[in-house]
Amino acid sequence: MRAPVAYAIALIAGGITLLGYFFSIPILDDLRTRMLGWAVILVGIATLVGSLNLVGVHWRKLTAKKGRDLYSLFFLVAFIVTLGSGLWLTPMDTNFQQVVTSIQLPVETSLLALLAITLTVACFRLPRRGRGWMGVIFIISVLVFLILDSGIIPLSGNSILSDASATIHRLPTAGARGILLGIALGSLTTGLRIFLGTDRPYSG
Amino acid sequence: MDNLIGLIIVLVSAGLIAIFTLLRRKIPGSDLRTIPAIQRLRRAVGLAVEDGKRLHVSLGRSNILSPTNASAFVGLASLERLAQLSRISDRPPLATSGDGVLSLLSQDTLRGAYRLGNSLEQYDPDRGRFSGPTPFSYIAGAMPVIAREQVSTTLLIGNFGPEAALFCDLAAQNQSFTLAASDSLPAQAVLYATAQEPLIGEEIFAVPAYLKAGAAQSASLRVQDILRWGLIAFLLFAFIIKLIEVLLGVKLL
Repeated sequence: MRAPVAYAIALIAGGITLLGYFFSIPILDDLRTRMLGWAVILVGIATLVGSLNLVGVHWRKLTAKKGRDLYSLFFLVAFIVTLGSGLWLTPMDTNFQQVVTSIQLPVETSLLALLAITLTVACFRLPRRGRGWMGVIFIISVLVFLILDSGIIPLSGNSILSDASATIHRLPTAGARGILLGIALGSLTTGLRIFLGTDRPYSG
Repeated sequence: MDNLIGLIIVLVSAGLIAIFTLLRRKIPGSDLRTIPAIQRLRRAVGLAVEDGKRLHVSLGRSNILSPTNASAFVGLASLERLAQLSRISDRPPLATSGDGVLSLLSQDTLRGAYRLGNSLEQYDPDRGRFSGPTPFSYIAGAMPVIAREQVSTTLLIGNFGPEAALFCDLAAQNQSFTLAASDSLPAQAVLYATAQEPLIGEEIFAVPAYLKAGAAQSASLRVQDILRWGLIAFLLFAFIIKLIEVLLGVKLL
């Protein structure tokens, strides 16, 4: 049996959490809250370990004998400066927050702008991807919602048009609900596989 | 009452998964419908192994404590299977994620896959990377992998945002095969337009079963189908009851 100790821990923790969800018993609620607190601490530590792993990867890229990646130097310098100032000033410091936001915001905004162009180009390329009639419906939907939401058509004075617009706007909600129900069922079976121990995303 | 119904659904589903898993082990063969995108993924994996190119699995940025974590677990199951399938490759698969726990789990999954295949010497923790904690930093950190690591096949499987389009665009520029599946609705919409092979809706949960990751994966897919039909029947029943109530003006339930 693969990773029996890890599975036993997962089974106990999962069982208590699941029972605490269905039955409101004080001791179960207390245990569930306590374990969720532990999980939050573990997530924080894992993020720190992941960040250190990322630093290690970039350090090895920078110091590699072949195919050295000089961009890693920017990452390492930015990481050390941000970590150092964050520890020194604390993340609550307004000056620290302002400096980080002033760097992060323009970078992410420019990526967002790039995303808008990428999506526009992708829509133009879609007919060549051979998606069949689903692709045609996708493009028509994109065009219909662009026109309806752009405000080109005056809907406020015309009851027929505004009713038609409201009906069209309800269609994606119906579709989304269908997809979300499917995803909920998939999530349930995935969780149960882990609970039953047939899926073990840990080697133990 | 709601809790009781929920508990019954969970218990029945768990029982069915266990039963179908045991039955599956005795009955060989597969009765899954064909998903061409996953067939092409299998072919792309084979070609990547033959050409000495790398597979890249992008696991998304789902927090393990969030309700979207199921897609991350599906990604990990797929990563394990792909690591097994490409064990003889010169360039072992690489996983990127946008969450610390997920990156640790991806490292552990790769280690487990190599250990099961008696090739633990192939394991390298650097192949399970945490590429960035925010949506854009995650994508920006994962994008150089395609360009620099000789990636020929990319599997995006997990929770993404619309920014995944940037990744798919770069993969297309590098002529890398891309199969993308997400549980997020905005991501599904953009991936439909940008990915070479997108999966829609709950098809994301079918990937490990189609990669033949194990009997339990196929069993859970079958249970998912049963639950879906049950849900459809319930929704139709509720609709008919409501229609009769409105037409006749009487309260039935």
